[in-house]
Amino acid sequence: MSERILIEGNEAVALALKLIDPDVVAAYPITPATEVVQKFSEYVADGEVGTEFVAVESEHSAMSACIGASTAGGRVMTATSSQGLGLMWEMLYIAASLRAPITMAVANRALSGNINIHCDHSDSMGARDAGWIQLFSENTQEIFDNMIQAIRIAEHPDVRLPAMVCYDGFVISHAREVIDSLSKDEVQEFVGQYEPQLSLLDMEAKTVGPLDLQDFYFEHKRSQAEGYVAIPRVIEEVGQEFGQKFGRSYGLVEEYKMEGADVALVALGSTNGTIKDVVDSMQESGKKVGLLKIRSFRPFPADLIKQSLSKVKAVGVFDRSMTFGGWGNPLFNEIRSVMYGGNGQAIPILDRIYGLGGREISMAEIEEYADEVLAVAKGEQAEVIDYIGVR
Amino acid sequence: MASLKELSTKQEGLVGGHRLCAGCGAPVAVRQILLASEYPVVVGSATGCLEVATTIFPYTSWDVPFIHSAFENVAATVAGIEACYRAFKRQGKMEKKVKFIAFGGDGGTYDIGLQSLSGALERGHDLLYVCYDNGAYMNTGIQRSSATPRGAATTTSPAGSAIPGKQQRRKNLTEICAAHGIAYAAQSTAGRWQDLTKKAAKAIEVDGPSFLNVLAPCPRGWRYPTPDLLPICKVAHDTCYWPLYEIEDGKYTINYKPKEKLPIEEFLKPQGRFRHLMAPGNEGIVEQLQADVDAEWDRLLVLAGEKE
Ligand SMILES: Cc1ncc(C[n+]2csc(CCOP(=O)(O)OP(=O)(O)O)c2C)c(N)n1
Ligand code: SF4
Ligand SMILES: [Mg+2]
Repeated sequence: MSERILIEGNEAVALALKLIDPDVVAAYPITPATEVVQKFSEYVADGEVGTEFVAVESEHSAMSACIGASTAGGRVMTATSSQGLGLMWEMLYIAASLRAPITMAVANRALSGNINIHCDHSDSMGARDAGWIQLFSENTQEIFDNMIQAIRIAEHPDVRLPAMVCYDGFVISHAREVIDSLSKDEVQEFVGQYEPQLSLLDMEAKTVGPLDLQDFYFEHKRSQAEGYVAIPRVIEEVGQEFGQKFGRSYGLVEEYKMEGADVALVALGSTNGTIKDVVDSMQESGKKVGLLKIRSFRPFPADLIKQSLSKVKAVGVFDRSMTFGGWGNPLFNEIRSVMYGGNGQAIPILDRIYGLGGREISMAEIEEYADEVLAVAKGEQAEVIDYIGVR
Repeated sequence: MASLKELSTKQEGLVGGHRLCAGCGAPVAVRQILLASEYPVVVGSATGCLEVATTIFPYTSWDVPFIHSAFENVAATVAGIEACYRAFKRQGKMEKKVKFIAFGGDGGTYDIGLQSLSGALERGHDLLYVCYDNGAYMNTGIQRSSATPRGAATTTSPAGSAIPGKQQRRKNLTEICAAHGIAYAAQSTAGRWQDLTKKAAKAIEVDGPSFLNVLAPCPRGWRYPTPDLLPICKVAHDTCYWPLYEIEDGKYTINYKPKEKLPIEEFLKPQGRFRHLMAPGNEGIVEQLQADVDAEWDRLLVLAGEKE
């Protein structure tokens, strides 16, 4: 039975891990994801899980061991953040290329240098092209629910690709919230038995990870790309089934008060919660601002986003990471390319970099930006790419 | 131990058709090690000559479950498989006894993969790690590694007019591995099948991590004639450049003592990578090499209780 509990974000990840009870967890501590590994170690030490926990000597080895265990046919999970994700970078691509459906919690944190332990999305964005599914979470409930759904999505026979569940470091990882938990039976029934398509431990001769040259590599990448086509459907199916069973449905994006909105704000992660409050109060005072929250950044649900944003006259994107020397930043670039492709109408789209290294964003700052987007919708000029909250 | 005749009827784990150079020591060592296993094995390999020349898609020479993931992490990759095996065993999903072997070159082991190896040894996974040591990064064109002997010319330690080859002595990886307190660590060679088969069987039998450092000459990188694998190994042992010894639960045994310990020049002379050392002015490097070898041999004799 579902139970209401007060829990921190990282503990919610560890709890999800416990309820899923995977075959192998190989992980390494890093702020702000450390508590996941610590808490899970307690479950292992107390015999509450059947998992083989591999306390590796680095994140590179964490992902390498996860790849080994996954290709061996196991259900495999891990957690990391920032520098840890950076150290895994090489192996992230290999995990996806080997179609190893590993699930990883990523507590989003700024990348060094200078060293900073607080939230931004640079780490996940650095891995956005690695071939992993990336689901962003707004709050603790969503982390918990996303972890459980991510397993199903990653292991789905039409997908078989690794998935990251991203959540804002400290903002969510260390905040206590009341969530609806699930019982072990409920989770076990939902995630089901893993039926691997590949298992080194079936002891059949096979070669995984060969040298792949000019004559085949391209076809293999092309077929890997096909794998992503099925993911949006699977994310929606799993999100709906989750809703039917447990009362909380999930999709690829979430429209918040978009009916009749003149402008839309678009964001990832916990900032969506704050934006929702701003939207509420602005709408009360007659300002037609809505929110499009992106849950699935990879794959990027282009059609849905285009459909949703085609209803508004201007868009304000929030980017919590930067593309140095590029034009525009990760979320903005995706949104803009979706909106300007094909028959899309050319509406103004703004990009605001905010919150790097854990810098807070206030409701007043969000409102100010929303007012700017409203003005642009009426034909006023504004900087396309700019900052919020930086000196 | 199985006789050569018996071994010749066993199914091979690494079969022909691969594209390693003629005369390469690596596949000789790998085949012997796989033949020595009484159990079905899962094999991993680091990036390097062995991996790239045996797995060119859509072909493979591996007749066992095999994985390659990257260069520096074969120990961690195989550790992950072994962890999954343990989980499956505990859950009753798997009954068969299986053993795990990781192969890495000297670059993938002494250098970039040392951390991953050390972690796996310390955590106690039931796996045999085999370093096939050819003393350089051969796959990328003969660059120095920390296994490259002093004085050797490689493409990143060329025999220049100011600096005549590699300036540093080799790292002692066998001792580093043994220092993890593992039950079995040994040095063997592609040039003596009995020694290698016996040691591989012992290492595989260990319940926990074990380590083999296997001399695997590379005719390309060492610049000696391809048919000379056995003579080049023999002179490596007769000069005590590559001592054959094992450490079982801390106890040292020297497995081969040359009747007459040959001077190091005998090992250097057939190899093009040392040719410059024979030129006047470089005697000091040869002396230093001899001193390195002598010191290591003496150290081993003492540890094995054969010398005070
Ligand atoms: C992270 C990384 N760095 C560098 C390389 C390039 N590389 C591939 S194999 C290799 C050298 C292999 O040397 P060794 O391990 O001694 O094996 P050998 O080829 O000599 O058998 C290098 C440098 C790589 N694949 N990955
Ligand atoms: S270059 Fe050397 S190590 Fe590589 S395949 Fe040829 S002989 Fe073997
Ligand atoms: Mg080498």
